[in-house]
This record gives sequence, C-alpha cells and structure tokens, in this order.
Amino acid sequence: MNDGYEFFVDPSRCIGCRACVAACAECDTHRGVSMIHVDYIDRPNSIATSPTVCMHCVEPACALVCPADAIKQGEDGIVRSALKPRCIACSNCVLACPFGVPTVHIGPELMMKCDMCYDRTSAGLRPMCATVCPSQALTFGPAAVVARQRQAVPTRDFRFGAQHVKTKVFMMTAASAPVLAADVEDYMQKGPDGHEDWIIDEASLG
Amino acid sequence: MANPPQGIDALARAYGPHLNYEPSGGWAQAARPADRLVKTHCSFCGMQCGIQLKVRDEKVVGFEPWEEFPFNHGMLCPKGVKRYLQGDHPDRLLTSLVRTDQGFAPIGYNAALDLAARRLREVQEKYGPDAVAVYGGASMITEKAYVLGKFARVALGTKNIDYNGRLCMVSAGTAYRLTFGIDRATNPWPDLAVADVVLIAGSNTAECAPITTQYLWQCRERGGKLIVVDPRMTPITRNADLYLPVRPGTDLALFLAMLHVIVRDGLVKQEYLDAHTIGFDAVRASVAEWTLDRAAKITGVPAAGIEKAAHWIGGTDRAMGLHARGIEHHSKGVENCLAMINLFLATGNFGREGAGCMMITGQGNGQGGREHGQKCDQLPGMRSITDPEHREYIAGVWGVPPESLPGPGLSAAEIMEAIHRGEIKALFSMCFNPLVSLPDANFTREALAKLEFFAVIDFFLSETAHHADLVFCGSMHEEDEGVVCSAEGRVQKINKAVNPPGDARSDALIICDLANRLGKGQYFAYPSTREIFDELRVASKGGIADYYGITWERIEDELGVFWPCPEIGHPGTPRLFENGRFWHADGKAHLQVSEWRESGDPPDASFPLFLTTGRVVSQYLSGTQTRRIGPLVEQHPEPRIELHPRLADRHQIATGDWIRITTRRAAVVAQATVVRTIRPDTIFIPYHWPGRRSANLLTHRTLDPRSKIPEYKVSACRIEKVPPPADLDAWRLEETGWQPGAAPDGRRGA
Repeated sequence: MNDGYEFFVDPSRCIGCRACVAACAECDTHRGVSMIHVDYIDRPNSIATSPTVCMHCVEPACALVCPADAIKQGEDGIVRSALKPRCIACSNCVLACPFGVPTVHIGPELMMKCDMCYDRTSAGLRPMCATVCPSQALTFGPAAVVARQRQAVPTRDFRFGAQHVKTKVFMMTAASAPVLAADVEDYMQKGPDGHEDWIIDEASLG
Repeated sequence: MANPPQGIDALARAYGPHLNYEPSGGWAQAARPADRLVKTHCSFCGMQCGIQLKVRDEKVVGFEPWEEFPFNHGMLCPKGVKRYLQGDHPDRLLTSLVRTDQGFAPIGYNAALDLAARRLREVQEKYGPDAVAVYGGASMITEKAYVLGKFARVALGTKNIDYNGRLCMVSAGTAYRLTFGIDRATNPWPDLAVADVVLIAGSNTAECAPITTQYLWQCRERGGKLIVVDPRMTPITRNADLYLPVRPGTDLALFLAMLHVIVRDGLVKQEYLDAHTIGFDAVRASVAEWTLDRAAKITGVPAAGIEKAAHWIGGTDRAMGLHARGIEHHSKGVENCLAMINLFLATGNFGREGAGCMMITGQGNGQGGREHGQKCDQLPGMRSITDPEHREYIAGVWGVPPESLPGPGLSAAEIMEAIHRGEIKALFSMCFNPLVSLPDANFTREALAKLEFFAVIDFFLSETAHHADLVFCGSMHEEDEGVVCSAEGRVQKINKAVNPPGDARSDALIICDLANRLGKGQYFAYPSTREIFDELRVASKGGIADYYGITWERIEDELGVFWPCPEIGHPGTPRLFENGRFWHADGKAHLQVSEWRESGDPPDASFPLFLTTGRVVSQYLSGTQTRRIGPLVEQHPEPRIELHPRLADRHQIATGDWIRITTRRAAVVAQATVVRTIRPDTIFIPYHWPGRRSANLLTHRTLDPRSKIPEYKVSACRIEKVPPPADLDAWRLEETGWQPGAAPDGRRGA
C-alpha cells in the first residue's frame, strides 16, 4: 500500500511527452479531460518543458476565495475538485491559484482540478500520472527513497512576493548544476571569422 | 493497374482517418467495471512496455498500468496510454475488400482467397516465381513474421520477400553481425542506469523510446555523464553533460576522430583487444589521419567537444553507447555503426554491467521481426539463406527439398525499384505502408500503379492499400496471441484480448489459408499461432537467434526470456559477451575499418541546406494507427518544420509562417517552428504523414550498399516562404481527418 508516500514534481526531468496529460484524461470522474498542464518554458529558445499539477496547498487559495464554498480539503490534505452542486463557475479559483492549476470547464460549468486520483490512492494505487510518467518527472513514493535516488532537493515552501505558500506536493529543486546554453550555435565549430561554420553560405544564392 | 479506385476525398470519407476520442460505447460507459484485464504489451515501439488492456463486452475499452512488469514498472508514453482507442474504431475494416470501378466493395473471405490465389498463380506462370514479391513488417508478432517468410519461400517459391525493418535498424544489424557475429542489443536496459558515461548518437530517445528516459536520468542521478550527438537538441538533451551538434551525414567523421584521440592519448585497452578481438591494427591505422581539426571542419563540432567525449569514454570501464536511426539512416549507415562500436571495443567496454554499445530498435517487434525469416537474405534463427548447411536444416524442419528454397532476394527498397522497372508484377503486403515510409514517395506511387496484382492484409485501409486490388481484413495486435522481442532482446508474450470483429481473421490464418489455396496446405496446417511458435523454436535451434528453450509458459512465468536460450533449462542471456566470447566461430570480435564518404544527395548552390527527418512522440511510424487516435493527433496534428532563427531571419520567416521545402525530387509545404534548438544549416520535418505533407516526398533513394537502408537522415534542400495553401481546410481534413478546434474539449482557464 502507499502509506507515507508523497508526490514529487521534478520539472528538470520532463521530456514534454504528455503521457501524464493523456493518462489523467482517462479518469472516470473527468472523462476525456486532463487536469494537468505541460508547457514549453520558452520553445523558441529551449526544449525545456514543465508539468503543472495541483500542489495541494496547506491553505488552498482556491478554496479561500470561493464564494460558493465549493472547494473542500480532506483530512489527508488533498484539495478536491469543486462540488458540482455548489460551483458557480465564477473562475475566482482560476485567478487566485498561485500555480495556475484550476480550469473552469465550459460544458459542465464546473471548476475541475486534480484530486490526486483519490479513487486510486484510496485503493493503494499510485496516481495515474505519476505511474505512467516515463521520465519520473512526476513521482509518487516514499520520501526516503526519493532522497536516496535523486540529487535534487525537495521543497514545499514557496514565496510569491509577500505570500508564503506551503504545499503537500514537493517540488524538486536543483542542488547545483551548470546551466546548459540553449542555442545550438553555441556548441558549433566557428570559422576563422568567428562566424558559425556553414557548409555553404546560403546568402551567396542572391 | 493499381491506382486508387476513387479520389482521396471519397476514400477518406469511407475509410478515414477519422479521429477516435472515446472508448467503445462512449465515456458514459466508462464507469462500468471491466470484465477482465489482459496482461500484454503496447503495440507501438521497441520498448514493448507491459500494459494491461481493459476489456468490457468483448471490446478493448481502456488500460491499466502493469506495475509488476520489470522493464517499465507501469510507465507508458502517450501512445501507450491511448493505444486502446484503436480498438472498436470506426475505420476498422470488418470485411475484405475488392477494387471495383466505383471504389472498394466488400468481398467474402473465400472469394478473396480464390481471387488472390488465382491472380498470384497467373502472374507467376506468366513471368516466373520471382515476379511476385512479399512485404512483411516488424510491428507484428514473430509467429506471423515466421509464417510469412515460410509462405514466400514454400507456398509462392519467390526469393523476393523483405520487410519494413529494412527502413529501420538494418545498418546496425549489419554492423553487429560483422563485428560481433550476432545482431542484438548487447545489454539489458538497467545497465544504462549504472554506466559512468552514456553516448547517445542519432537517437531522439525521449520521443521515440520514452521509457529509456528514466534509465538515463537514473544514470545521471548516480553521477553518470550523458553525451548527446544530434543536429537537433531533442528533449533528452536538456540534461546532457556534453552536446555535440553534428552536421547531418558526418557522424562517421566524429567517431573516427574520437578513436583517433583514444589512440593518441593512450586510452586503448590493448590487453582486452589482444585477448578478445581481431582487426584493431587496421582500424588504428585508418584513424591516424582523422585529426580533431579535420573532424571539426567536417562535422561542425568544436574539436574540444570531440576530444572531451573521447576522454570520457576512454577514461572508464563503464561506458555505454546508444544509437538509433540518426546514424543508421545513411548511405554509410553501416560504417557509422561500425565506427561507434569500435569506440567501445577499443576501450574494453563490453561484457560487463554498465558497459556495451546498443541500438535502440524502433518498431514494436523490430528485434523479433528480423530474426526468423522475413528478411530477403535470412532463414529462421538468423540463419543465412546462402549457407548450404542452414538451408538444409530449415528445409528439413519444413519438410521440403533444400534445392526448392529460393536464394537471396531483393531488399524492401529494391523490390519497389524492381516493380517500377516492371520486373516484379505482383505484390502481397502486410504490416507495411511503403507509400508513407519509403523514400521518394512519388516514385513509390508510380511503382504501385504498375502492379498487375496487389493484395494487402490490413485492419485499417492504409494509404498504400488505396492502391490494392484486394484487401484482406486482418487482425490487430490485441486480436492475436504470440511473442515479440523487445529492444533489450527480451522475448515477451502478446496476449489476445478480443477476437477479430466481423469477417476479420487472424493474419496468420489468412496466410495459411492462402497457402492452402496455392496447393501447399500441408506445410501450413497450424491450428493456431502456438503451433507456429513451437515450429519456430525448432527452426531456430542451433541458429544465432536460438529460441529453442523459450516456451510461451516460460515467458509468462519469468516475465520474458532473453535469447539466445538454447535449452529448456537455460536461463536466457540478458547480457552478451560476459565471458569475453563473441559470436564469430573464433570467439573474437572482428573490428572493421570504416572509410569516409559523402552522403548520396550532397548540397550545392541550388540546394544549400540539409534536410533531416524523424519522429514525434505521439505518432508511430507511418501513422496508419496513431493518425486515427484523436488525442494523439491533437498533440501533433501536422508536420511542423523546425529551423533556426538565423536561417529563418534570412527568409523573414516567423513561427507559424508557411514554408516550401524543395529537394531534387519534390516540394512540401508546411508551417514553421523557429527554434534555437537546431543547427542553422539544417531543417527538420517529421515523417508520419501521407499525401502532400509526406516528408518522404522529399527524401532520396540512395541505399547503404550493405544494409540497403535508405538515407532518410540527410537530403539537400532549399526553403522559401509561401502563402498558406488556398484549400487548407479541405486538405487538412482529407489527409489528416483533423480540423483545428474540433476536439471535444472546451475549457477556459488562467
């Protein structure tokens, strides 16, 4: 079973494959719709991608700003999707979340977000996204094992200006690593004039 | 004549691709419990991840991770997650089809068999036995590959059978046979996690073999170093310790200079070479002139980077190499692989945990599909079709005279050339979509139009099948039982989840029934694929790919068995060369010299840029299956052209603009993605699409002289900015079934 298991997000491992997005959409409670976002950080300049899942804040901003009291937090610390009978699709939660997680769905007029696969975790299974993730950028496991196997350091304290947010989910942060330059030209052989070495200068075509 | 009987619009309306987004019965049914979970493997890619298919009302309706399977522990890529959407798909063929003047019409199974047998016999009587060619594939179970090879040699008596693995990793296979005497990855995948250095050359690992990522990240967590050789930064490069942006077509120069450094700086393990190899003296002499300066000029990679890579590999006894199509899809693909292998032999990096050099096989059964007799030069067990002893053994297993077995035939691309020349008149094809996957697609289309008879086995009507006279309605992955061999060399069990629907039949049954109609039924009297496997075990016994000790039951009990496994009690062979013995008769590795030469489609003033092709994570091969799965199509609806901003600026091209790529053969128009993650002299386009957006309209037919692999990875081209196509929506819908914004997913968010 999964007592003592925690959820870890390591964006530096993400390969942008969107297996998590595909798998999340298989859930019986939000069929065909994913609660996870995977984004390019800056595609023109980098291949880096990052997954965004609900961080399950200790004091969830989404619930605090909800005028309909539709967002509940369980004793396990999991912040649930909005209760369908209460949600008025006002989008306050969308605006308030510091991580950009909740989305309001136009069809059912309902805010939906990750509940960490309650159906699976309550039955001793891992959340679907962390189970399938091929890079284990999303991981669900014992903290001690993650600490032993990873160089990055987990944290669940975030500061957004004056706002201090504590979360249930851990974010892995780089211990210390050199930053790889992002432009292929930076790695290429330079010609005598310092210009990158093209085999044929296309400009000569006129 | 084998032109399509209808226009592409009419064929697309009838046979797709239509996009499936929901499980059988719709999401409303999804909460109902499954009737059963079937443990099997994904149908897409050589990783062959374990997966459980969810079956309800005799339909595959979803999946459940299979966390106990030791290779992937439940991990899957998006293709694996959504693979179930190919079951109960609206485009699934439910009857066999025959071409008529008005289009394809249903035909009964027995009538289809009669027609195929009559036409194949007519062609052979008129033009000779070799005028019929057979195409196979490497995405189907090994039992089918085996029985197809036997069908060609015994039932048809043609020498011309080959398969789409010829477009995949045959350069690696040839190099491994030459050097090691065996064609298989040398190590199990967990070895990657304990290596000190991993050199990845020409592999978009994160997108094409996604599960390998976790092994590579584990290696880095342990302090291992990752070297990536690629003209593009692919997602795996984000954590590379050393990135070498090789100019397309020049990998060989890079490897030769690395070996030059290894020799120059005294990093050669001479004791290992003396004990276990022959041929290094000639190899050492051949790299003497491959100085860093020379290689830097040719490859466009700084000398310091090449030197550092050589030092890292030469400085450890736990170095591993991974390579894929990026170095194999070249007219010197065999040389590229030989030169890369030599780096690891010269440094003694074989036969241990964390030391080895291996190809990442791409197709679902890319390994097993090339072991048991659908290659033009091979008999089961990786036996040679020219070796008299091998021929006699297989002829004995099959109960036919050895002299009745044809000799070596033409390779896949050469078969299409022979069709174009009018020498091959009929084609029987399964598990292959050459109109999308062979180079120079206009040439392929011309060739298909010349066939006097063309029959395929398909479960979706592929673009190639549009040209067929007869389409047998065959079986999908989840409708058959048998084995595959993964990229690791692990033989795994594919379990049947559901029966073929309608009048569809098991592919193996169709082949056997057709053999019966051709008067050779006594050689194909298999009640099921199990009996085919049992014969395959015997046929492989004593060969290189020896499966004799592997049974379906053992595979299920042991979660896979690595070949060679010559006896029932044998544990299998996860890691090769552990005792220092290689597979040649003398027990030695035979190092081979690689001579430098230019690519077959060199740039000039009119075509000054390099075009390279590849894949995206959400599509599989020619897309016959994955272009019908809605969520996978949404992820990459169309091919996008990647180019560097310095090149883009010269043409005033921004992301989203339309570009025409022109090569010496054709032009393709697609939208641009301007990124700094590719060399400025190189453009990239993925190849999964048909018709006007087919990357293989652009590629050329130069083959590696030994492996016969086409040179997909480097063509000369030019680009220009063009207006969007006038009929954009129409051809999007016709060729991809996709309309922007049509996905059933409305939401608004931050």
